Amino acid sequence: MRYLASRLGSSAIVILALTIIVFILARVVPSDPAVIYVGPKAPQAELDRVHAELGLDRPLYVQYFSYLLGLVTGDWGNSLATKRPVLEELATRLPSTLELIFAALFLAVVLGIVLGVVAARRPGKLTDAAIRFLSIGGISMPTFWLGLLLQVLFVGRLGLLPATGQFSNSIKYSDPVSTVTGFPLFDSLITGNWVAYTDGLEHLVLPAITLAAYPLGLIARMTRASMLEVQGQDYIFTANAYGLRQRAIVWRLALKNALPPTLTIVGLAAAYALTGTFFVEIVFNWPGIGAFATAAMLAVDYPVMMAITLLSAVGYLLTNVAVDLVQARLDPRVRIS
Amino acid sequence: MTITQKKPEPALKAFVPFGEGPLGRLGRVLRTDSLAAVGIGLILLMVVLAVFGQWIAPFPEQGMGQTNISQRNLAPGALHWLGTDQLGRDVLSRIVMGARPALTVSLFVVAIAALIGVPLGAIAGYRGGWLDEVLMRITEVFQSFPPLLLAMVTVAVLGPSMTNAGIALAICWWPWYARLVRAEARSLRDRPFVEAARAMGVPTWKIIGQHILRNCSTPILVQATVDVGSVILAAGSLAFIGLGAQPPSPDWGLMVAEGRGMVLTSWWISTFPGLAIFLATLGFNLLGDALRDYFDPRQVKR
Repeated sequence: MRYLASRLGSSAIVILALTIIVFILARVVPSDPAVIYVGPKAPQAELDRVHAELGLDRPLYVQYFSYLLGLVTGDWGNSLATKRPVLEELATRLPSTLELIFAALFLAVVLGIVLGVVAARRPGKLTDAAIRFLSIGGISMPTFWLGLLLQVLFVGRLGLLPATGQFSNSIKYSDPVSTVTGFPLFDSLITGNWVAYTDGLEHLVLPAITLAAYPLGLIARMTRASMLEVQGQDYIFTANAYGLRQRAIVWRLALKNALPPTLTIVGLAAAYALTGTFFVEIVFNWPGIGAFATAAMLAVDYPVMMAITLLSAVGYLLTNVAVDLVQARLDPRVRIS
Repeated sequence: MTITQKKPEPALKAFVPFGEGPLGRLGRVLRTDSLAAVGIGLILLMVVLAVFGQWIAPFPEQGMGQTNISQRNLAPGALHWLGTDQLGRDVLSRIVMGARPALTVSLFVVAIAALIGVPLGAIAGYRGGWLDEVLMRITEVFQSFPPLLLAMVTVAVLGPSMTNAGIALAICWWPWYARLVRAEARSLRDRPFVEAARAMGVPTWKIIGQHILRNCSTPILVQATVDVGSVILAAGSLAFIGLGAQPPSPDWGLMVAEGRGMVLTSWWISTFPGLAIFLATLGFNLLGDALRDYFDPRQVKR
């Protein structure tokens, strides 16, 4: 408990430092945010009014503290492009992104661990080399390119799966998903809307595979390396000498002890998945925050940029804290007072 | 009685377990590891394209952006081996001409990141104390952004261009070197040969240069190898979303983006430049992976 408290405490300090960086970044914008807000040909008086409205005429430190105050009270400013509150914009888009990330990470963790274990069974042999090539290939693959390739193959050539979106357009009219939790696919499942659910799953396959490639490579490599290390230990040798079945030795004894390093890499994999969604969502027209974020960056919509940056960094920090906690649960050696 | 001063060579030898020259080492890596050979092959190919591109490309002017409207969206064929894009430019030529900027930016970013990170990490790790504490907190803040995100925001703020993408990536990349070198420096600091040097009154900057940095050159080299590939991928990704090289420059990521709208009809426009990014990154990753296996004494190779 105390460990958790100190971890959260130091995370809070890092987050405070993050707000400063994010704020500085947003304020060195060479272009005037007010110009984006009112349009390029507005009269000077209008510009001045917007300057005052956005608080841009006040000294920097005052602006920073009012920014901090806004963060805490839930006023994250309005998007310069859509003029709607940033938090509202993000809240409507976040669930779709999270569904995509969860699906991809699930794929990556399960497949990555299995591949890593199989590769470590006979190091240096053909299977190992193939899996090694696959995992290095996974981390060398441009996410957006993999997505396009899958579209060419599964949509263009085979016509098996839908190309873009989270649901088919017709679902909106024939079987609309009623909102319960706000997570579209999950909602369609718990409301028993099978037509929408299967349609949503079909739409999820390609983006999830695309997003999973990089984390999959990371996890498979890490699992292989830590399995190799564990398999050289004395207790595995002993278990072998006792004539335990290979399957039991590998999957029960060895894997259990090889998991902690793998878990650490899952935190990093989640972070990669987070920025990976930016690219996957563009390629697959996924209605999440990634596509929204890149549009905001191209338009220098700084309130949205600040919010996205801060949110993702906080998400990453929390993931790491969660990984450490699970780690301590699994491995008594990690349990630091 | 004279005290014969022994050079700290033996301790160093224990760390680098070969008695052969660099070429012999390279040969051994290649012979034991066919994937590493593939990696070196890919890297050599990229270097050749980067240096001799304008003589290799069949249509160098089109590679640099000259349009050829009458030949739009041609499928791969005898004249245009990889087809032409929506402005009629030869895709192969654009890929060949794209090698030089991709490699240049990548080497620039890795060099800057190492030049900032390595000295800072070495000093922090060797000296310890408040300096170390402050530096590590700073790198932690940098690393608490998910990868690429800080670079994206920085480019958006500076204005999208290839140079700014390079600057942004360098800003995001140096903390990794600082942490890597700092960890090495800390473990080396209390080794006998460093203590001996200290006891003999060797100045700090000389210890850092001669003993600390020289002994962490291997992990730095491995990291830099992998990173050249990662930066090619990152710069391509930035260009793909419009936060990097701008038209008409022959950038691989940008080319994928340009062909994206027609990927189901003219698949070659996006596919081949993306393949170039993939192969370049793969080459550096394969080589880096082999080097890591080879230099890591703990690695079990059966």
